[in-house]
Amino acid sequence: MAPEEICKLITDSGLRGRGGGGFPTGRKWDAARVQNSTKKYVICNGDEGDPGAFMNRSVMEGNPHSVIEGLMIAARAIGASETLIYVRAEYPLAVERVRRAVADAEGEGILGKNVFGTGLSLKCEVMEGAGAFVCGEETAMIASIEGQRGMPRPKPPFPAQSGLWGKPTIINNVETLAHVSRILKVGAEVFKSIGTKDSPGTKTFALTGHVANTGLVEVPFGTTLREIVLNIGGGITDDAGKIWKTGFKAVQIGGPSGGCLTEEHLDLPLAYESLRAVGAMVGSGGLVAMNQGTCMVSIARFFMEFTQRESCGKCVLCREGTNQLLALLDDVIEGRADAGTLELLEKLGHAVQVGSLCGLGKTAPNPVLSTLRYFRKEYEEHIFEKRCRTGRCKALLSPGINEVKCKGCGLCIKACPTGAITGEKKKPHHIDAELCIKCGACATACKIHAVEGI
Amino acid sequence: MNKATESTLTIDGRTVAIEGEQNLLELVRKANIDLPTFCYHSELSVYGACRLCLVQVEGRGISGACSTPPEPGLKVLTTTPEIREIRKIAVELLLANHDQSCPTCSRSANCQLQSLAQRLGIKKVRFKSVHQPVPLDESSPSLVRDPNKCVLCGDCVRMCSEIQGIGAIDFSHRGHEVMVQPAFGKPLGEVECVNCGQCASVCPTGALTIKSEVDKVWELIADKAKTVIVQIAPAVRVGLGECFGLKPGEITTGRIVAALKHLGFNQVYDTSFAADLTVIEEGTEFLERKTQGGTLPMFTSCCPGWVKYTEQYFPELLPNLSTCRSPQAMFGSLVKAMLPDQMKIERKDLKVVAIMPCTAKKFEAQRPEMGVDGDPDVDYVLTTQELAHMIQSAGIMFDTLQPESFDMPFGFYTGAGVIFGNSGGVMEAVLRYAAEKATGQRLEQVDFQQVRGDSGLREATITVNGSELKLAVVHGLRNARVVAEQVRAGKSRYDLIEVMACPGGCIGGAGQPVSTTRDTRALRTKGLYHADKMLQLHKSQDNVFITECYAKFLGDIGGEKAHHLLHTTYQSRRRIADESLALMQSENEDKLKVSVCLGTNCFLKGSQEVLNGVLRHGEQSGMEGKLDVRAGFCFEKCESGPTVMIGGEHIPNCNAAKAIEEIDRRIENDEPAGTCNGHSCNHCGK
Repeated sequence: MAPEEICKLITDSGLRGRGGGGFPTGRKWDAARVQNSTKKYVICNGDEGDPGAFMNRSVMEGNPHSVIEGLMIAARAIGASETLIYVRAEYPLAVERVRRAVADAEGEGILGKNVFGTGLSLKCEVMEGAGAFVCGEETAMIASIEGQRGMPRPKPPFPAQSGLWGKPTIINNVETLAHVSRILKVGAEVFKSIGTKDSPGTKTFALTGHVANTGLVEVPFGTTLREIVLNIGGGITDDAGKIWKTGFKAVQIGGPSGGCLTEEHLDLPLAYESLRAVGAMVGSGGLVAMNQGTCMVSIARFFMEFTQRESCGKCVLCREGTNQLLALLDDVIEGRADAGTLELLEKLGHAVQVGSLCGLGKTAPNPVLSTLRYFRKEYEEHIFEKRCRTGRCKALLSPGINEVKCKGCGLCIKACPTGAITGEKKKPHHIDAELCIKCGACATACKIHAVEGI
Repeated sequence: MNKATESTLTIDGRTVAIEGEQNLLELVRKANIDLPTFCYHSELSVYGACRLCLVQVEGRGISGACSTPPEPGLKVLTTTPEIREIRKIAVELLLANHDQSCPTCSRSANCQLQSLAQRLGIKKVRFKSVHQPVPLDESSPSLVRDPNKCVLCGDCVRMCSEIQGIGAIDFSHRGHEVMVQPAFGKPLGEVECVNCGQCASVCPTGALTIKSEVDKVWELIADKAKTVIVQIAPAVRVGLGECFGLKPGEITTGRIVAALKHLGFNQVYDTSFAADLTVIEEGTEFLERKTQGGTLPMFTSCCPGWVKYTEQYFPELLPNLSTCRSPQAMFGSLVKAMLPDQMKIERKDLKVVAIMPCTAKKFEAQRPEMGVDGDPDVDYVLTTQELAHMIQSAGIMFDTLQPESFDMPFGFYTGAGVIFGNSGGVMEAVLRYAAEKATGQRLEQVDFQQVRGDSGLREATITVNGSELKLAVVHGLRNARVVAEQVRAGKSRYDLIEVMACPGGCIGGAGQPVSTTRDTRALRTKGLYHADKMLQLHKSQDNVFITECYAKFLGDIGGEKAHHLLHTTYQSRRRIADESLALMQSENEDKLKVSVCLGTNCFLKGSQEVLNGVLRHGEQSGMEGKLDVRAGFCFEKCESGPTVMIGGEHIPNCNAAKAIEEIDRRIENDEPAGTCNGHSCNHCGK
């Protein structure tokens, strides 16, 4: 097939980037194809870094040749003679398998100097990542490959125009490339027959959290959350791992930069546009299910802490903004927040989202903004009632002993590690708030549930 | 207003023509809207980090103007309520992570963060302070690095790597822990920084500032036992006025002299005098090299940033560097040799202060070879900025001062000395001397327009006495690297190369008032050429006091005394000499010094085993107290590694047995240290 034909086929198939952005792959290739340059590069992005996501890892470990095949087709499509697979260094087995697959392919004359005896050469290098999450961003990855500090740069110019070493470069995710050879084999129509109109094909999600069955799930786009979480996932579980029929609270979709979805979205068909419309994204496909015992403010804080730590620190809004978002969430969680905090969270979240330099910053506030959107009540409880309905936010707990219930048995006094509880035998006991460390030992010890508020 | 055409776009509804601008930011500024930025400098690469130049492009949303190429038909809005809010938030975020001790900050008067907070009307920072104090880095002789004031715009980083080609500082860490610092968190004074200070000249806040010696000079002036003389460099006279509201390039020589006398300096002299002296010495040196087959091309050596750069990166080209000291150093050396006798005072009571446009001059003044028995030839170096602070602090109303004239004889100078402050000036001044000297005929046309200009690398060929002189003028060390690499490769076609580290030469030095834009630089350059024009004499050889100086004191040009006082030597700084790790130490003065190279080459050849063997042998034979064993870095004898130095002697192709044998022999014969201390002697080969 001629390069134009490959690009057209991939464009017709509607294949979109599986790494997060969902950019049409064919268009990306075409942009690089039309560049007039003697040197072009194709890079496979295997720097999977979302917490809990491992779909790329499974492909690289389980079927590295599908990736190499995709790379070769991409190289042919844009006219590149060099390709590179950038694998997360924390995936030693993936690194080993990909390296071996490349060596095997070279041994078979599939890669290297004389590809399939055509006289054409195609180099494929394998490079280990440098350990930074942000290197999954394409311009940061290019900087990292060039030996620079992994920091994104402004676009334009886009990598397809000026990428690695200033040459036209396309960067595709592992999963995207793994789809390519199938599309060439079965044709665009067959590929499009799966999934939705705007999001054809299948997508692998990494399902984790409070579900009975965790692991990788490959489903056609358009599959509902209900199907994935409640059916394939086997339903929501409690903290002990038992099925909790009414326990569904939310899912965090799209990794740390994704968003939280609620019960009202259970029947939403999962696709690029539908998710964006509700403030979430497909992302790389992380799917964390959460039960009713989960504090949504704490969840937002967890993801915020991750992006804050992984920010490359280049642009002001991401570096300082994520740090302040984190500080504001801490205020909420630790009872220091007031009415202004919510407003500031929203304004700052919006500023970081709109104004940041790269995708990491632009999506970093998503967990905060989406939980604010769908679980505002919980934020308000934390702020105005100084109460966390799940009891996870320790600072908001105010344990007390119900004087009516308490029989003065003294079990709580024995259990308390700080000596915060006093009281005469057979008379209601009392907790000294100054000494109490809110560990909950008293509540566990009390057989008649007289300790409340913890 | 422009008419809408194919090559126009609209900015805030007004039509603006696209005329080759690289990005929207340039266009917006052309449209008289001063979009704020921290990280945009037209001479550096686009960085896009401060997020202040955000604009809204219809149909595309909000993006940085600095990184958006102009396209016909775009509809650009620069200040929507949303953008205003984001901009305010960005500045508030910076303030919340900033050491806000503004009144005592040396950049208080011209801090971009401060002025931006004012401009955007920020009355209150809505975010709580997350600033965590870190210690200042005051290790450099020229600069102070205060990370507490850093906004991480990266201007310094790009200046150092893109214009100067050094990269002494860069970003480290991630997230909110990011900071700009030298590699491995080392102090600035211990790394490859050449002290040019260009980082400080682009710093929008007080994160990189000039190390002030103002207080020491105040003390000196107040000390009645000292005679304090001051020299001012050519470029200062076209820069200082900017601190007092005058236009860049306005010549304020007379007022500077008056101010310095006001401040209490005993004698006020001009470095241009010493520049004239440099011309004579350097011109003579060049003609000698040219006619007697000396090392060519010859590089000028006036710029201390360039000198250190050569010592670090091109030690093999040190013979190409003119042995002439810089005008500042010549001045100090000469006056401290001449004046004590004339004034009937002791050398120690004569103090020399230099006013320079340059931060690297502070480093130069502290070089041990620029002094006598530990007494520096130039005691303190103040930059133009520091002098402005002194004048302001004394309350002297500079703009209305009555001009005064320099003291004699070291205040007398020709135009050749004045143009030293411009890139190409040293070259031109030397040509005015050399052309006349080589032909023996009076040179009437003194302007060499061929070597003037703003381009970072300029070439000229001049025919003197029938022979062609190929010349190059370079500013910016990255440009200098290109030329130096040609010389190293033996491919250079030049005879004489002038190098100035700072863009534009000394007039663009980091000691000058902040705002070294191309426009400011051009005006200062013009000012110095104008100063030359206004003088009666334009050639250093016409300076009668120079002639007198040679006749009465120095003797022959390039003669022994002149050589002793006006020339210098250089040292390779390729390796960090004291970079060694003591593994077995001894208080004993007679200890035998053993140093094993653990550089890559020697390490691969097994130097680690040699070191282990030596240490084991030392312990087992009870030699603690007699041995001083160190792991060294590189002795530049890689081809014969593993390299071991024992008692100053180089043992090539060493192994553990060889080393132990030599150690035992020396300990037995009671033959401890040689003349060298082993690890630091990279040069003598012992």
